[in-house]
Amino acid sequence: MNGVAPMLGWLEQLGRIGLRVIERLGRAHLLLVGIAGGLGSLIVRPGLLVRQLLSVGVLSALIVTVSGLFVGMVLALQGYYVLSKFGASESLGVMVAASLVRELGPVVTALLFAGRAGSALTAEIGLMKATEQLSGLEMMAVNPVNRVLTPRFFAGLISMPLLASMFSAVGVLGGYFVGVGLLGVDDGAYWSQMRATIDLHEDIYNGVIKSLVFGAVCTWIALYQGYDATPTSEGVSRATTRAVVHSALAVLGLDFVLTALMFGG
Amino acid sequence: MVRMRTVELTVGAFMAAGLVALFFLAMQVSNLNMLSNAEGYQITARFDNIGGLKVKAPVTMAGVRIGRVTHIGLDSESYEAVVTLTIDPQYNKIPSDTFAKIFTAGLLGEQYIGLDPGGSQTYLKQGDRIALTQSALVLEDIIGQFLFSKAQEASKPSAAPGAGAASPPGGSGISKGGADPAF
Repeated sequence: MNGVAPMLGWLEQLGRIGLRVIERLGRAHLLLVGIAGGLGSLIVRPGLLVRQLLSVGVLSALIVTVSGLFVGMVLALQGYYVLSKFGASESLGVMVAASLVRELGPVVTALLFAGRAGSALTAEIGLMKATEQLSGLEMMAVNPVNRVLTPRFFAGLISMPLLASMFSAVGVLGGYFVGVGLLGVDDGAYWSQMRATIDLHEDIYNGVIKSLVFGAVCTWIALYQGYDATPTSEGVSRATTRAVVHSALAVLGLDFVLTALMFGG
Repeated sequence: MVRMRTVELTVGAFMAAGLVALFFLAMQVSNLNMLSNAEGYQITARFDNIGGLKVKAPVTMAGVRIGRVTHIGLDSESYEAVVTLTIDPQYNKIPSDTFAKIFTAGLLGEQYIGLDPGGSQTYLKQGDRIALTQSALVLEDIIGQFLFSKAQEASKPSAAPGAGAASPPGGSGISKGGADPAF
């Protein structure tokens, strides 16, 4: 008899957590609908988008290209170790390019993007909310979602594929420097084997689609966390942490789903 | 206003850099430049066994890539593999008695089709068929033949010592049969 009461309490708590999760998901989707609804007003004022492209895209370009260079170089070193055991070190170009274009380009760029741009977006929106700037916009009959969130979302959506392409391109060059320059892989074999194996549709387009999805998800999570943050300094800091953690988990989880859909069959 | 111009300029440079990177991936890393000249004329060849030949495998003559395998099917009546080769249009003087063989690049590499030109004055056209073909080397078959010939060599001297002279030609004949297609 006395075993039932704690059980009920436990169930109640579980239900409360579940309801809260669903409520949050619902708010996030409503926000996404609101953001998409602001597309019309964004087309009329492209200047807003350009400013956000600067802070979201351009300022992330440096960290993304530098990381891409090093990731490509490390891939060449590690790949050479394995491939040379099978006497297939000529395939180094294929290995570097395939892993960059299909996986590491979109995923690592998305993780860097969440850390570099996503956290900044959350903190900015959260502070706008805490200092009641968003309410102020509303008082002036300006829709804060359309005016503040929509340009940021589309800036993220546009920047991510470009950043991921830069990452992969620089990574392939980094792999070339290490593989051909340092390890003595044949120059022609590096490029020709790569070209013979990497397919424009199968590999590169799918990588771009991945990065588009990751860009949308990362920016969406960051904007939602900022918009939904408790308007205190502690709330903003927690929202920023949550934005990065949730973005990273969402990217890695979605990456599995997308990879299974694109390459699994 | 000047500041807005700088912003626009930087964003423009960023987007250009991103598009250049994408263009680089498409042109330099992928096989787009090979797909672009995928037009050409198609010829078919029938093989008893194509081994691990795949669609998009290269077709070479004298080591130069002149086309690609574009389709592989099975003739359900003769149980032969029907391979469609798409040859680049500039190589339009392939003799009709050309010999098509399936080779392997390296020990474990991918398989490709090598064409040995014949001496005919007529050339292959769209839809023609290469009559002379040689199937792929299947490693298991060669090992099987090798083991079989070894077993014969081992059993013959004990069973019939007088026939010992007959086994070396038989053994070398089979090993030659295994080695010959590799050349």
